[in-house]
Amino acid sequence: MATVNSVTTTNPVETDGRGVPLVEVHDLRKTYQLGETEVHALRGVSVSIHAGDFVAIMGASGSGKSTFMNILGCLDKPTSGRYLLEGVDVSRLTKKELARIRNQKIGFVFQGFNLLGRTTALENTELPMLYSKTNKNDRDRRAREALAQVGLADRADHFPSQLSGGQQQRVAIARALVNQPRILLADEPTGNLDSRTSVEVMEIFQRLNLTGLTIILVTHEPDIAQFAKREIVFRDGQIRRDDVVKVPHMASEVLKTMPTIRD
Amino acid sequence: MKSLRRNLIRTVLTILGLVVGIAAFICVVGVGKAGSAKVEKELQKLGDNMIWIEAGSRATNGVRFGTRETKSLTVEDARAIFAQIPGLKRMSPNVDGRVQVVYGTQNWNTTYRGVAPEYFDIRRWEIQTGTIFTHDDVERDVPVCLLGQTVADNLFPNEDPVGKSIRVQAMPCRVIGVFQPKGASASGWDQDDFVAMPYTTAMKRIGGTSWLDDIFFSGTSRSAIPIATRQAVSLLRERHHLHPEEPDDFNIRSPEDVIRMQLQSSEIFTMLLGTIASLALLVGGIGIMNIMLVSVTERTREIGIRLAIGATEADIQFQFLAEAVAISILGGLLGVIAGMGASSLFQSTLQWDIKLTPQLLVFSGLFAAGIGIFFGYYPSRKASQLNPIEALRYE
Repeated sequence: MATVNSVTTTNPVETDGRGVPLVEVHDLRKTYQLGETEVHALRGVSVSIHAGDFVAIMGASGSGKSTFMNILGCLDKPTSGRYLLEGVDVSRLTKKELARIRNQKIGFVFQGFNLLGRTTALENTELPMLYSKTNKNDRDRRAREALAQVGLADRADHFPSQLSGGQQQRVAIARALVNQPRILLADEPTGNLDSRTSVEVMEIFQRLNLTGLTIILVTHEPDIAQFAKREIVFRDGQIRRDDVVKVPHMASEVLKTMPTIRD
Repeated sequence: MKSLRRNLIRTVLTILGLVVGIAAFICVVGVGKAGSAKVEKELQKLGDNMIWIEAGSRATNGVRFGTRETKSLTVEDARAIFAQIPGLKRMSPNVDGRVQVVYGTQNWNTTYRGVAPEYFDIRRWEIQTGTIFTHDDVERDVPVCLLGQTVADNLFPNEDPVGKSIRVQAMPCRVIGVFQPKGASASGWDQDDFVAMPYTTAMKRIGGTSWLDDIFFSGTSRSAIPIATRQAVSLLRERHHLHPEEPDDFNIRSPEDVIRMQLQSSEIFTMLLGTIASLALLVGGIGIMNIMLVSVTERTREIGIRLAIGATEADIQFQFLAEAVAISILGGLLGVIAGMGASSLFQSTLQWDIKLTPQLLVFSGLFAAGIGIFFGYYPSRKASQLNPIEALRYE
């Protein structure tokens, strides 16, 4: 799984003896030209994230956290600085290679779910495999497995409009998982969900993190961040704080204390 | 592909634009083709690489003379041209005029035509019953004749004319054959209204003349006609002792050329109509482009999602191009069917002559697919160039 393209590998910086970090950024800067004014979305961000970590990124809107996520997700390129993904310098890759990385190594979960309407849960989950030349049988099998992982095996043939918000987000998670990525990037995944459903989604994330999946989560809800292992706070395009969460909340425990008002 | 089905009405309307364009194209080109085929047939009937020398100048001091005024064209001229000029394979002198023909109580005013047996090959006259006369009959100016269908119908409403004796003016004459009818000519006169006989018989026993009205030739090929025509002109001028400043006292033409020009102009007309019909196709194509652009805008978010989960630009472009091509191939197929249907409807109700060739149908279908690729390219390119971040944020 962790295939490293040796040609584009640059000498990795050993940070804490745990080997090559999964994500490593150095002095990342991003400047937009908005009409006359220059907007400095990122002003020198350096951070390492290792495999198996669960990071919550906090910050007010405009703090640069979304720009940071877009760069991590290979949807955007930094103005300067380096981004190494598994030791590979991503800024040197072609658009086609970036598309492949997004397909194979990264899973996206969005605030607004971003499912294709009038397309069933199963077909939505299969979507990434359409772009990785997976044959029909494998597609179907793996999509069903991914849906089972998020507890929606029995909703495979439902359309997004027939599913609750929590269920839609779980389909989106299944879609993000289906190509077995190295990182799950979640951009305010609970922003559109009620508190119980939010915790349910976090329960899934914690479960996936236990199996070794690295998760980077953007949120502005402090109690959601408490389910992560590490909390990074952005402010004005820089990292303000980078702390280990002392005792992460266990979503499965929290759920027991919450009233069960289903949908 | 699924999105085509989801926006069914929109897809159907887009396809309809193309269907109408293709169908119009097929009908118009079919009409043109039928016109060309008709002229071609006319050409075939007219004669076999015919060169026609007519007595009488084209114009003398601006006054056009009738052919009957000129007495300089002779059988010797005809023989000399045929003997000396290469590229000619058949020759027939011709004398003609109006004449009254009588059989029993039946009476008919028609044209007599004194010719050599070759005439029937040059002008492509086929025998329906009986035989044509021989060179021997010409030699001995035997009073035999053949009837055009119109004459046969008028003199012999209930009888077989072959073997019967009729009177041509004062001359008793035995009918030895009847021609296959040719029908009306392109200019509308009845080509079957005539009596044919050896030219010697006609000259001595009917016209009482020693000169010819026309000489007909067949060229060995189409390409031989222009040279043979030029050579015939100079030979005739020499034989008629014409000074260089004097106009020709004869008129030489190859009517097939005239009709060929007609054919050409009918082809040009077809092209013109085809071009107009292509404009309808162009409009259909613009319709596809329009709908694809709308579709790209509507599905901006979807494109963002697809890019985020790993679609390449090429994947996105292919997806939209495939939709455009699917629309246009479907439109092309339906257009071909509609074109065939419309043309058979026109044929049966308006008696239009429409000719559909397989090439035309295949070409139209391919043309439609080409339109899809051409007009689908820009929208699909636009889709593939969307910025995924902005596309994901698009409401």
